[in-house]
Amino acid sequence: MTDSSQTAPISPDAKPRLPHGVRLVHNEAHGGLVLLAPERVFKPDPIAVEILKRCTGEATLDAIIDDLAKTYSAPRERILADVSALLRSLADKKLLEL
Amino acid sequence: MNAAEPVFKPLGLLAELTHRCPLGCPYCSNPLALDRGELDTATWSRVFREAAGLGVLQVHLSGGEPAARRDLAEITAAAHQAGLYTNLITSAVGLTPKRFAALADAGLDHVQISIQDHQPNSADHIAGYAGAYERKRMLAAEVVRHKMPLTINAVMHRANIDHVADMVELAIELGASRVEIAHVQYYGWALKNRAALMPTRAQVERAVVAVETLRARHQGRIVIDAVVPDYYARFPKPCVGGWGRRSLNVTPAGKVLPCHAAESIPGLEFWSVRGRSLAEIWENSPAFRAFRGTDWMQEPCASCPRRFEDFGGCRCQAFALTGDARATDPVCHLSPKHAIVATLAEERREEPYVYRRLERERADADTAL
Repeated sequence: MTDSSQTAPISPDAKPRLPHGVRLVHNEAHGGLVLLAPERVFKPDPIAVEILKRCTGEATLDAIIDDLAKTYSAPRERILADVSALLRSLADKKLLEL
Repeated sequence: MNAAEPVFKPLGLLAELTHRCPLGCPYCSNPLALDRGELDTATWSRVFREAAGLGVLQVHLSGGEPAARRDLAEITAAAHQAGLYTNLITSAVGLTPKRFAALADAGLDHVQISIQDHQPNSADHIAGYAGAYERKRMLAAEVVRHKMPLTINAVMHRANIDHVADMVELAIELGASRVEIAHVQYYGWALKNRAALMPTRAQVERAVVAVETLRARHQGRIVIDAVVPDYYARFPKPCVGGWGRRSLNVTPAGKVLPCHAAESIPGLEFWSVRGRSLAEIWENSPAFRAFRGTDWMQEPCASCPRRFEDFGGCRCQAFALTGDARATDPVCHLSPKHAIVATLAEERREEPYVYRRLERERADADTAL
């Protein structure tokens, strides 16, 4: 794999999902949802939470973008760019499978 | 990642289930005075429930070699049932496919396997155990077969630091999703072996460049976590994310420590889970209160803008190198004692390792020789 993987577009048919060993869980002591991964814990911001909740392994990227664009009445291209960047960043950290 | 920041709360429990270990790694982080008594299964179960109640999210089942405990599957199940994310830190020795399957059934989430080098002879020599390398390969295959995430922990020092690229390649070949380039930290047994383990500055600089190259080459394939080794850094590490702030450590006998080396600081009073709840210990134990926050700091830490970032570095290292646990970690270039670090880094000697053994094990090994 080369550097170009970072910027390569994600297929609209990709079904992003959390890999084995990565979980999004609710925890009172830490004030809401936390992402548990091998030897790491992340506190996702509200936007990341909305995206992560939709990464079920069943919904396609296309469907996730449509849903978010509709929910937040935002331009589709803008959502696609933001979501793709986040998903790619999570995938590089092995927190997501594309 | 700007979308997900680390949580700044106590969230990790290092559970040292036993100090028994078949390996003899000369950089072992266990104290020189190893615990003999061990908590039973029921007490560990209570500790896990109390930890979860305290906000702990992840438990690191460690040792010694945790597989030396016959009740490891029961302990793992108890941690899982308490709602904790369970991480096994193992040498791989003692974990047959059957035993590992039981751990997977018990709810184990992740495995970290240490490797000593990229090829068997050298790796087994460093571990002080013939056949260790092959067992690590076998367990890694089992972990992958169970579709469990695998981290390879590559402990780096003078004898293997030039093999960093080969060790990352090995981690990829074994199916790891993450590799830690863990430069030896000089506490416990490693402090005893410092002159034999210390890399040269040229080696460290080559390794830093190599890691950057490897990260670019393997982006998206494997996560490479690495930090600059202590004695060659300009700023100290934010040790355990700040004393008594994010993590705690329970020893085999039940003492609760702010970090695994804390017993090396004289005069600290540690409380045990045998007599008290974890919450009470976390809040009120004299050892936890000793260096919590920033009030204990001296200059240059006390007025330093980085004090909330690195917390003055490591208390154990400050004590080991300056004799004062409240001093700035001398790894910091702002420390008035920083020159010590450079001097010690030059003290390299080609000498045999002092392998980490329990006294009884050492006696047995000597007899065998």
